Amino acid sequence: MVATLVRLRFLVLGNGLRRSPWQLVAFIFGVLYGLGALTGIGFGLLALSAAPLEIARTVVVIAGSVVVLAWILVPMFAAGIDQTLDTSRLVTFPIPLNTLLAALGASAILGIPGIITVLASIATAGTWWRQPGVAVVAILCGLVGALTCIAASRTVSTIASTVASGRRFREVAGVLVLIPLILLGPIISSAAQGIRTAADALPRVADTLAWTPLGAIWAVPSDLAGGDAASAALHALIGAATLVVLVFAWRLSLAVALITPPHAATRSERHRSTGLLGIAPATVWGAIAARSLIYWFRDPRYLRQLILIPLIPALLVLYSNIFHNPGLLIIAGPVVAFLLSLSIFADISFDGTAFATHLAAAVRGADDRLGRAVALAVFGLPAIVVVILVTAFISDTWAAVPATLGISLGTFLTGLGVSSVTSARLVLPVPAAGDSPFKSPQGANLTNSLATFVAWGILILLVLPELALTIVNLITGDVVWGWASLVVGVALGLVLVSVGIRIGGRVLDARGVDLLAQLRRAR
Amino acid sequence: MAEKESFPSGSSSPDRSSGADAAGTSAPLAAAPLAAAPLAAPAPAPAAPGGSALSIRGLRKVFGSKVAVDGVDLEVPSGSFYGLVGPNGAGKTTTLSMATGLLRPDAGTALVHGVDVWQQPLEAKRLIGILADGVRLFDRLTGEQLVSYSGMLSGMSRETVTERAADLLRLLDLTEASSTLVVDYSAGMTKKIALACALIHAPRLLVLDEPFESVDPVSAANIRDLLHGYVDSGGTVIVSSHAMDLVQRMCDHVAIIAAGRVLAAGTIDEVRDGAELEDRFVDLVGGRHHAEGPAWLRLS
Repeated sequence: MVATLVRLRFLVLGNGLRRSPWQLVAFIFGVLYGLGALTGIGFGLLALSAAPLEIARTVVVIAGSVVVLAWILVPMFAAGIDQTLDTSRLVTFPIPLNTLLAALGASAILGIPGIITVLASIATAGTWWRQPGVAVVAILCGLVGALTCIAASRTVSTIASTVASGRRFREVAGVLVLIPLILLGPIISSAAQGIRTAADALPRVADTLAWTPLGAIWAVPSDLAGGDAASAALHALIGAATLVVLVFAWRLSLAVALITPPHAATRSERHRSTGLLGIAPATVWGAIAARSLIYWFRDPRYLRQLILIPLIPALLVLYSNIFHNPGLLIIAGPVVAFLLSLSIFADISFDGTAFATHLAAAVRGADDRLGRAVALAVFGLPAIVVVILVTAFISDTWAAVPATLGISLGTFLTGLGVSSVTSARLVLPVPAAGDSPFKSPQGANLTNSLATFVAWGILILLVLPELALTIVNLITGDVVWGWASLVVGVALGLVLVSVGIRIGGRVLDARGVDLLAQLRRAR
Repeated sequence: MAEKESFPSGSSSPDRSSGADAAGTSAPLAAAPLAAAPLAAPAPAPAAPGGSALSIRGLRKVFGSKVAVDGVDLEVPSGSFYGLVGPNGAGKTTTLSMATGLLRPDAGTALVHGVDVWQQPLEAKRLIGILADGVRLFDRLTGEQLVSYSGMLSGMSRETVTERAADLLRLLDLTEASSTLVVDYSAGMTKKIALACALIHAPRLLVLDEPFESVDPVSAANIRDLLHGYVDSGGTVIVSSHAMDLVQRMCDHVAIIAAGRVLAAGTIDEVRDGAELEDRFVDLVGGRHHAEGPAWLRLS
C-alpha cells in the first residue's frame, strides 16, 4: 500500500510534467537548484572539519535549527506546496492510519526538498570524518533530524488544513507573510551589521538552541567530539523525544483530519448589500470600476499588490538609513507609480473564466478598459501623491516635489494606458481566485517574467520625456524643469492613457472570445 | 416591429442606455403566473409569429484532433421551450457557447431572431440571456451585487437594476443569501444566482446550460414555473440537460445530439414517436449494455 501511494505520487508528478513543457522546465530548474545547493552544503560541511570545534558546532546547530523551523513555517503559508497526496482526497479509501502515515512520510521524503534535507543532514557526518565514531553518530542524528523536519511539517500542514480551512484565514495569512518576505533584504543587511559586531554571541545562541527541540539532535555529534558524553546523551534524548512526540501528534492530527471534511468550517460573511456598486456611476464602465475596486480590497491576489504602496517607501527609508543617503527616498513615488500602474497588466487573467460575464453582456472593450483603469486611479492617484509628500517630508526634499510628481503621475497614467493594451492581449497563468497567492501554477514564472519585462521596457520608453525633465531638474537644481516635468507628465500621461484605452478596447473587441478560450484552457 | 424599437439596428454602436431602457419599458406586464413584470420577455414579435428565435447552420468546432461539433443545424422556434439532450461530451456546451458568442466557431452561422451572433455581436447578445456551464462567476461579489453587476453591464438604469435584482432574488429563494459572497454559496445556489444574472436584462432568448444541476427539488420547481411563465409571455428557452424525464415533462421541443451531430430534432412527440424519450434517446445514441455486471459484484 505504501509503495502504491508513493507510486501514485510520482505518477501525478510525471503526468503534470508531460502536460506542460514549462512545468518540465521548472522541474528541471528545481532539480538543478537542489543539486547545486546540495553540493554547496556538502563542501561546506566538509570544510568545517578543519575549523575549530566551537565554530563547527555553532554552524551545524544553528543551520539545523533553521532548517527545522523552515519545514514548520513554509507549509503554514504555502498550502500549495507538494499536496500531491492530499489527505482530503484519500479520505474515501479504507487505508489503515499507520499505512497512510508511512506513505505520506515516504512521499514527503521523496520530493526535491525532502531528498535534499535528508542528504544534507547525513552529510553532517562529513564534518566529523576525522573521528569515525562521531561521524557514524552524526549520520544517525542526521536521519533523526531529517525525519523531525518532515514529521513537523506534515503535522503543521495537517493541523492547518483542518483548523484553517476557512477561506478568510488562508487569505489573510497569505498576504501577511509577504511583509517579512519583502523586508527580508534590509532585515538581513541590518542583521549582518549586528552580527559582525556580535559574532561572539553566536556560540551562546547555538548552546541555547541545543537545549530546544529545534536544535538538540544537531548538537549530539559535537558534544561527543568535545568529549561531553552526558550532554550528548541528554541532547539525543531531547531530539528523539521530539521526533516521537511529533509522529504521535501527526498521527493524531491525521486521524482528526480524516473524519473532519475540509471546508466544513467555512463561515459565510455578510456584506452591505450593493456597496460600491450602488455608488458608482450607473454606466457600464462605472459598474466595472466598482467591481474592480471591490476586488482590489477583497481578493488577496489584488490585496498583496496593494501592500507595495506602504512597503516600498518603508524599504527605501530603511535603505536610506543604512546607506546614509536620504536622497534615495525621491524614487519612492515613481517606483510605486510604476509598479502599481502595471499591476493590472494582465488583469483579465485574474478574472479567469468569469470574464465570460463581460462577453455575454456584450461589454464594449473600451468600457472594460476604462472601468479597470478608473478603479486603479481612484485610489492609486491619491496614494502616489501621499507617498511623494510623506517621503519629501522625511527626507526634507520639498524642492524636488514638482519633478517627482511629474514623473510619478506621468508614469502612472502612461502605465494605465500600457496595461489597458497588454491586458487585452495577454492571458498569463496566475493563481485562480481563492487559491493561495503563492500557489502560482508551476512553470508560470518564466512566461510571466518575460511578459513583465517587455511591459516594463515599453513603459520606460513612453515616459522618457518627463523622466528627462525630472533628471535635468535634479542635476541643475532648477525647479522650472520640475514644473515642466509636471505639465508634460500629466498632459502626455492623459493622452497616452486615452490612446491606450482606445487601442486596448479595439483589441479586446476583436480578441475577447479568444481570450476566454485561453482562460478556459488555463483553468 | 418590437424588435426594431427595442434594438435599433443599422447603427454599429447603438446607444446602450437608451436601448436598454426601451427594452425595459417595452416589457409587457404579462399575464405570467408569477406576475413578475420585469421578468417577462419583451413583446414577442407579432410580425413573425412562427419565426426562429435561434437558427443554427452548420456549426463546427475542432479542438486539436477532436471534432467537438460536426456541422450542427438547429431551428429553435420563437416561443418554444427547447430541450437539448445528449450524452457526456456530445458537444452540447460547445454548441451553445458558439450559438451565444462565447466560442468562435470554425464554420457555420448562428442567428438570434435574425441577428447574426458573429457579425453583430452587440445586437445579438442583448437578445440573449446565458447561463454558461463551466465558467466562474465574479464570486467575490455578494449575490445581490453580482446580479446588479450583470444588469449594469447590460446598460440598464440603476432603478431598474435594483428592482429586478430584488424580484429575481425573491423568486429564486435567494433573498436570505443576498448579502453573502457568492464564493460561499453552495453549488445549487450558485446555479440559481447565475440564472438570475442571465434573466436580469429580460432577454428574448434564454440559453441555459445544465440549469438544474445540483439544484434542490423545490427550487427546481420554482425555476420551472418561472421559465414557463417566461415562455408563455413570448420568450424562448433552450435548456441542455441529462435528465430525460425532466426534459420530456418540461419542454415542448427537443434535439438529441451525440458525437457533435444532431440525431433527431422536433417537437417532443415527434422525437419520442410514442416511446419514452429516454428509450428513444438510448436507441438513437446507442451504447446501452445488456449485461448483469461482473460476477464479483453480485453479492448473493
